[in-house]
Amino acid sequence: MDKIKTLADLKKIRDHVQAKIDLREKSENTENMVQIKVAMGTCGISVGSKETMAWFLDHLEENGIRAVVTQTGCMGYCSYEPTVEITKPGKEPIVFGHVTPKKAEEITQKYLKKDELVEGILPANYDTIEGIK
Amino acid sequence: MKDLSSHILDIVQNSIRANALRIDIELEEDLARDRLTVRIEDDGSGMDEETLRRVRDPFYTSRTVRKVGLGIPLLLQNAERTGGAVTIESALGKGTVLKASFAHSHIDRPPLGDMAGTIALLAAANPEREFLYRHTSGKGEYLFDTREVKELLGNVPLNDPEIVRAIRTLIAENVSEISEER
Repeated sequence: MDKIKTLADLKKIRDHVQAKIDLREKSENTENMVQIKVAMGTCGISVGSKETMAWFLDHLEENGIRAVVTQTGCMGYCSYEPTVEITKPGKEPIVFGHVTPKKAEEITQKYLKKDELVEGILPANYDTIEGIK
Repeated sequence: MKDLSSHILDIVQNSIRANALRIDIELEEDLARDRLTVRIEDDGSGMDEETLRRVRDPFYTSRTVRKVGLGIPLLLQNAERTGGAVTIESALGKGTVLKASFAHSHIDRPPLGDMAGTIALLAAANPEREFLYRHTSGKGEYLFDTREVKELLGNVPLNDPEIVRAIRTLIAENVSEISEER
């Protein structure tokens, strides 16, 4: 990649991305994109959720997956961090646990590409601490 | 937390939960005074005095999904063991200012870590919020402002993966030039 040091360099990348966006179907809106939410609580960050999020941002495109990658807070699964919630268009959200970059790769190759489920799915219905008390 | 960039990412989550729209992150490396200072200011909902008194307590959290809140206690622990401190000023409806200081040369001071990744991820994951990152050292100053970047990007979204990567590189290049680390 070219050196990116100034806003002018960033502008060049912007123009390149703009051209790419123009090439894509205009019909492609966020509703038919995969939604990926990486949990960024203290628990997640301390075990590398930042690297997980960076992995998704860096590698989905080369795998041909259009996704919105964003962050969320702790979902209460601290011992399963990093956790990632993935919603494929028209499907129920699935929460995966222990998503290291390596696991993210597996999820991408199996679940995102072929709809195959992988190990490490957390139950979608759960009680909060109040619920258990 | 392994490094300061993780602490900052973590502390800023509090600003995000407080619905802040503007978050300023300032990092100053002052070798003459042997100080590394982090200052995070937001325009979020702020805290009342009672809450402010309790945020240092690891058994206090405003969340309901778990019973502990370790973000601030962990930062406090890391700052204090280098001879530094954490101060928090806040007022309901006004926002919050958090300052953490460390002895720059202290062996227990967490390294800076990947600040560029932290800022780029925060900007990408929160397109509706504005972030300002100012890094100052004896070698100079670097300023990154999402408002400026969004203006330059126009209709290209800041969270496009290629843009996020470019922003990360942009910040990393500039920070590595002025950082006093190593």
